[in-house]
Amino acid sequence: MSSSSGTPESWISSFCSLLGHEYFAEISEDFIEDDFNLTGLQTQVAMYKEALEMILDVEPEEEDDDEEEEEDEGDESIEGEGRTIRRAAIERRHNRMDSNLSIIESSAEMLYGLIHQRFICSRAGIQQMSEKYELGHFGVCPRTFCDGVRTLPVGLSDVPGEDTVKLFCPSCLDVYVPPNSRFQTVDGAFFGRTFGALFLLTFPDYDISKKGPDSLGAHGSRNAITSASDADDKEKINGFNVNNLAPGLGRGKVYEPKIYGFKVSERARSGPRMKWLRDRPVDLIELDEATIFGAVEESEDDAGNLNGARTQPRQTLGASKKGRKPNGGSPMSIDANEQQFAG
Amino acid sequence: MDDFNSETDSDYTSYWRDWFISSRGNEYFCEIDEDYLTDRFNLTGLNTEVQYYQYALDLVTDVFDLDCDDEMRETIEKSARHLYGLVHARYIVTTRGLAKMLEKYKKADFGKCPRVMCKSHPLLPMGQSDNPNVKAVKLYCARCEDIYNPKSSRHSAIDGAYFGTSFHNIIFQVYPALIPTKSYERYTPRIYGFKVHAPATLIRWQHGERDDMRRRLRKLEIESGFKDDEEDLDAGDSEEEEEELEDEAVMEVLQNGQLAAGDPTAQV
Repeated sequence: MSSSSGTPESWISSFCSLLGHEYFAEISEDFIEDDFNLTGLQTQVAMYKEALEMILDVEPEEEDDDEEEEEDEGDESIEGEGRTIRRAAIERRHNRMDSNLSIIESSAEMLYGLIHQRFICSRAGIQQMSEKYELGHFGVCPRTFCDGVRTLPVGLSDVPGEDTVKLFCPSCLDVYVPPNSRFQTVDGAFFGRTFGALFLLTFPDYDISKKGPDSLGAHGSRNAITSASDADDKEKINGFNVNNLAPGLGRGKVYEPKIYGFKVSERARSGPRMKWLRDRPVDLIELDEATIFGAVEESEDDAGNLNGARTQPRQTLGASKKGRKPNGGSPMSIDANEQQFAG
Repeated sequence: MDDFNSETDSDYTSYWRDWFISSRGNEYFCEIDEDYLTDRFNLTGLNTEVQYYQYALDLVTDVFDLDCDDEMRETIEKSARHLYGLVHARYIVTTRGLAKMLEKYKKADFGKCPRVMCKSHPLLPMGQSDNPNVKAVKLYCARCEDIYNPKSSRHSAIDGAYFGTSFHNIIFQVYPALIPTKSYERYTPRIYGFKVHAPATLIRWQHGERDDMRRRLRKLEIESGFKDDEEDLDAGDSEEEEEELEDEAVMEVLQNGQLAAGDPTAQV
């Protein structure tokens, strides 16, 4: 439609190079052409077919036009009236096109965004996003104690029109408003709620505490060191590397309010109340409820002493007890997890 | 004075301080009263900290009339800015200074908290050290009680000592009505509506810490400042309830097959 000759750039790449669209990955055409990936989008987007054609740079079918032209060539004899009628028809068509074009354009953007939400959770998409992550395309965490670690774009809703895109910091497990206002026009649903967490589970070996684009190549090196299964067991909590679980939180990374060097007491009216939000246990293994539960179960079997076993780490143990079945360790096998998400 | 005018391509008319606080990048500063600056007591010890102390002070108080070369003037100008910053740190914890900064806080001159759950709560400038040239200025959010880096690079070049480590805490002691209500609201990483195990355990642990704190405060009969005060702690074992709620939510999701139905309020 608008592909004036000489512009090799596709709609997708021009869309992704627009100002404010820096977070978007370029969806491969294969992904869009697979109807399965578009299931249900037809009802969500107006002028779905036209929008899809626009995204894929497919020329809309213009049978009518061709026919008219052919007719014209034949009807050369009644040139006068015929010409004017035809011109009027074309003008009408053009007018309609112009008014529709903006609608189709916005539908195409919406459709692209919705496909994008699905694409970045696919293998090819998440791979592309990881490259963008490595290059620091998504910016850094504004929190001082996170020390400029890279963030991931996420949505707080999967439904378009509800909220704009946010940045998820894997180091403090919190979400932030992008610093630049140009991202405040980008819909959060185009990234979705799933991507951020899925990314962390897909690439468990990223050193997320590294800042800026300098961790290139760090990916995988850690794996080699901890290849021994014993070390692996110790370092992981259900598919999460322990050193990747909120490294920006915990002791030394919680802000401590002071006045003239003296800590403000919790008992003061203006004292600290939100430390829990940035805290984490000194020994993260304490959080591995499933493994601890397994151990507790065993010792219960051995000694039959329920109270003794319960005095282990936290009360949460007692709570988690009811919900989970004992299977001697993690509720999901770590191996299976890894295979499933192996990048 | 005239020479100086032409050199710093600004068209300021009379007051150095006016020019200083209105120039780009200095939006965080408030104007220090003449009275405060001229009281030597307030400047105790700064003469060892600032080069060409007397000239710098003259410049700040608009009585500078030394005839010297450009290089010298540049140095004095720099010293004057440094001096102003150091006096600023002392001034903003005085009654008048607090009032001025309060006005700026209310207008959100220092920016808004980038944390989504803080809903654009205004920030306050702070330093991580009271000694100059240690750390740049940071921004404190009273709602999440955390500190953030300024968005703009021209602000992140300001010395944190020009605001000090105490000001942002003192202001809430002086104006307790300003303390924002705290909230439980937080982000929970999810995949297709399901919480991710490792972060979820951490979050449960953090909520345990929080409830412990609230119980401690309750025992001392101190207001905790949470919006939803006095609600869920009465039962005593809120953690178990929480857990049950979560389980129920998950069961619901499983039964209905609605992946998107993960209820964010279940966490609270």
